[in-house]
Amino acid sequence: MPVKIGEKEFFQRVDEGIQDSLMRGAVRSAQERLGERRLSAAEELGDWEEWRNLGEEIRSHTMENLDYYLEQLSDKVEESGGHVFFAQTAEEANRYIRNVAEKKKGKKVVKAKSMVTEEIGMNDALEEIGCEVVETDLAEYILQLDDRDHPSHIVVPSLHKNKEQIREVLQEKRGYDQTSQPEEMAAFAREQLRREFLAADIGITGCNFAVAESGTVSLVTNEGNARLCTALPKTQIAVMGMERIVPTWEELDILVSLLCRSAVGQKLTSYVTGLTGIKGDRDADGPEEFHLVIVDNGRSNLLGTEFQSALHCIRCAACINVCPIYRHIGGHAYGSIYPGPIGAVLSPLLGGYDDYGELPYASSLCAACTDACPVKIPLHELLILHRRRMVEEEKQSSFGERLAMKGFRMAATSPRLYETGTRAAPGVMSFFTEGDSVKSGPGPVRPWTEIRDFPAPSKESFRQWFQKRQGKKGEDE
Amino acid sequence: MSIHNRDSFLDQVAEKLGRERRRTGVMRPRWRHTPQWKVFEGDDRDDLSDRLKEQCGRIHTQLKRSTAERLPRVMDETIRTFGRSVVIGDDPRFQEYGLDEYFQQSREKGELDVHVWDPARDEENIRFAEKADVGITFSDITLAESGTVVLFSDNGKGRSISLLPRTYIAILPKSTIVPRMSQATREIHQRVERGEAIPSCINFISGPSNSADIEMNLIVGVHGPVQAAYILVEDR
Repeated sequence: MPVKIGEKEFFQRVDEGIQDSLMRGAVRSAQERLGERRLSAAEELGDWEEWRNLGEEIRSHTMENLDYYLEQLSDKVEESGGHVFFAQTAEEANRYIRNVAEKKKGKKVVKAKSMVTEEIGMNDALEEIGCEVVETDLAEYILQLDDRDHPSHIVVPSLHKNKEQIREVLQEKRGYDQTSQPEEMAAFAREQLRREFLAADIGITGCNFAVAESGTVSLVTNEGNARLCTALPKTQIAVMGMERIVPTWEELDILVSLLCRSAVGQKLTSYVTGLTGIKGDRDADGPEEFHLVIVDNGRSNLLGTEFQSALHCIRCAACINVCPIYRHIGGHAYGSIYPGPIGAVLSPLLGGYDDYGELPYASSLCAACTDACPVKIPLHELLILHRRRMVEEEKQSSFGERLAMKGFRMAATSPRLYETGTRAAPGVMSFFTEGDSVKSGPGPVRPWTEIRDFPAPSKESFRQWFQKRQGKKGEDE
Repeated sequence: MSIHNRDSFLDQVAEKLGRERRRTGVMRPRWRHTPQWKVFEGDDRDDLSDRLKEQCGRIHTQLKRSTAERLPRVMDETIRTFGRSVVIGDDPRFQEYGLDEYFQQSREKGELDVHVWDPARDEENIRFAEKADVGITFSDITLAESGTVVLFSDNGKGRSISLLPRTYIAILPKSTIVPRMSQATREIHQRVERGEAIPSCINFISGPSNSADIEMNLIVGVHGPVQAAYILVEDR
C-alpha cells in the first residue's frame, strides 16, 4: 500500500501515540503556534471568507475540467522543451523515473520535500537501481538520517522530534559535535548538503501547483533547497498529483496566498518559484532536461463521486493543526503519510477501507477542520460519508448500531484513548455548555440539542469518581 | 514524442467525470469573488513604500532608502557589512544607476572581488557564486504586502545569484512597487496571453531563507542566503 507507513494495528499505534508524552507536547505547542499564526494572517487579510469562497470556486472549476487543463499543461511543457509522463499507477511513475535516471547515468539525486513521491515510494524505487537519494528539506534530511523515520505532519514532517533527539541523530550519523541550538544544527546541515547539491546529477521536486496556460511548475518553500534542486543539477524531474493544477497565473496567486497563510501564517513563503521547461539558450544555470510526471494513483476514483472535493486539497495542513484527535494521538497513529482530518478522508480513498477503515472514526466530528480549510472542503461531512459507506458495504445490522458500536469499540479497546476521551469531554463541551446543560451542541449532538437540552458531561469521569469513592471508603474504615 | 500515455489517462478522467473528453471550449469563468484587488486599493507609491518597509521588519530584512545619486554610496556601505566578494547580474540597470562604474573602481582599488554573471561560462559562474559573500540583483516587480522581489531569472540574470551567496541584496526601483502578488501574476498572465515566452525561472523572494523544522523555532538562514537587504531607490 503506497500511502501506508508501518505494519502495526491502528489501536496499537494510537496507544503508542498517547503514551508518547514528548511527542504530544511537541504537537500541542505546534498546533497552538501554527493555529495562532494562521488566524492572525487571515485576520490581517480582512475578508478571509471571500478568499476562501474564491479558493473553492477556483478548485471546483478546475476539477470539473481537469482533462482540459491537464492537456493544456502537457502541451505547454512540451513547447518549452520538457517531457511529460502520465502515470496511472505508482509503479508506472517509478518505472519512468527510473528510466530517466538510468539513461542519464544519474548516481546522485537531490530531492526537495514532496508528499506524492512519498506516496508512490519513489526513493526505494530509485535506490533499488543504485541511486543515492538525498532528502534536502531540513526535516526530511533528519528523518532520512534517523534510519528513515516517517513524517508525522505534511508541512513539518519532523514535528514529533525535539532538538535533543535531532542533535543525537546528527551526532550519531554525521559526527556533529556542537550543541542542540537549532541555528547551529541548521548551519551544519547547510554545509553538509551544499556539497550534495553541487555534486548531484538529478534534482527531484514535487509541485505545489502547475499552471496550465504556460506549462509552469510552482514550488512554495522557505529553506531554498527546492531552488537549489532545480538550479544546479542538469536533469530535473517534477512529480505532481494530477489535481495540483490551476488554469492561469492569476489563480496561482490566489491559491499560493491561501496556502502560505493557512500552512504557516506567512503572507508568502521566502520562495515561490515558477519553473517553465528547460533553461533558455542564454541561461547559465537551470536544467538541460526536464520531466514532468503526472500521477493518478487512485485519485480519478474520486472524480464524479461525493468525494470529489477531497481533490481540492492544497496540502496546507490547517485541518491537522486544529484537530483535537491529532493533538492527542499524533501523526504516526494514522498509519498513513496523510494524517489528520484530510488524511482520514483521503487514506481510505487511496488505500482502501481494509487498511484505513478506522480513520474516519478517529474524529470527534467537531467540524473545526471544515472551518479551517482554506478551500472549504466539508471534511467532517466526508468523514460521516465514509462511515455510512462502510456500514452500507458491510450490510449488517442497523446503521446506527454499527456506527455506535464501532465508535465505542475503538474508544473502549484502547484504554488510554477511552481515558483521554472521557477526560476531554467536559473541556470540549464547555464551549457549548450553559449551566448544567448543553443547549446547542456540535456535530452529532446537534440533532438532539435542536429540540432538547443535553446534560453537560460530568467534570469527573466514572473511573475518577469510583477511585475517589474507594479512597474515601478507605479513610472511613 | 515527448508526451506519454496522455490519451488513456485523460480519457479515464473524462469517463469518471461522467462526460465526453473536453479538449476545447473551456472558458475560465469570471470569478464571483475578487478580494485580491481590494488589498491596498488606492494606495500611491509612497503609501506602498511604507507598507513595504513595515513588512520587511517582519521578514528579517533590512530596507534602506536611497536616491539614484546616492545609490553607489549606499551600496558600498551595505556590501561592506557583509563581505567583499560579490556576484552581480548582467543587467543594463547596473549601468543606468551608475553602479557599473562603482564596481569597476572598487575592483581596481582591490576593495571588492566582483564577478558579473556571464551566460557563456556556466560552471565558472556557479563556482564563484557558491563562494561569494554577496549576490546582487535588481527587482523586476516589488510586492508591498509580502516584502517580495520578483525576479525574471534568465539570460544574464542567473538563478544562482540570489541563491548561492551568503547574503542577498536586492535593488528595488520605486517604480516597480505594486500592492501584492496579484499585480505581478496578472502581468505574467498577460504576457502568456500575448503569446510571449516567459523566463524559464521566475522567483518570488521574500527575505532570507528560513525554517521552523526544529521544534517550531524560526531559524533564519538555511540553504539559501542567510541574510537579506533591500535598497529602495528613487527612479532616475
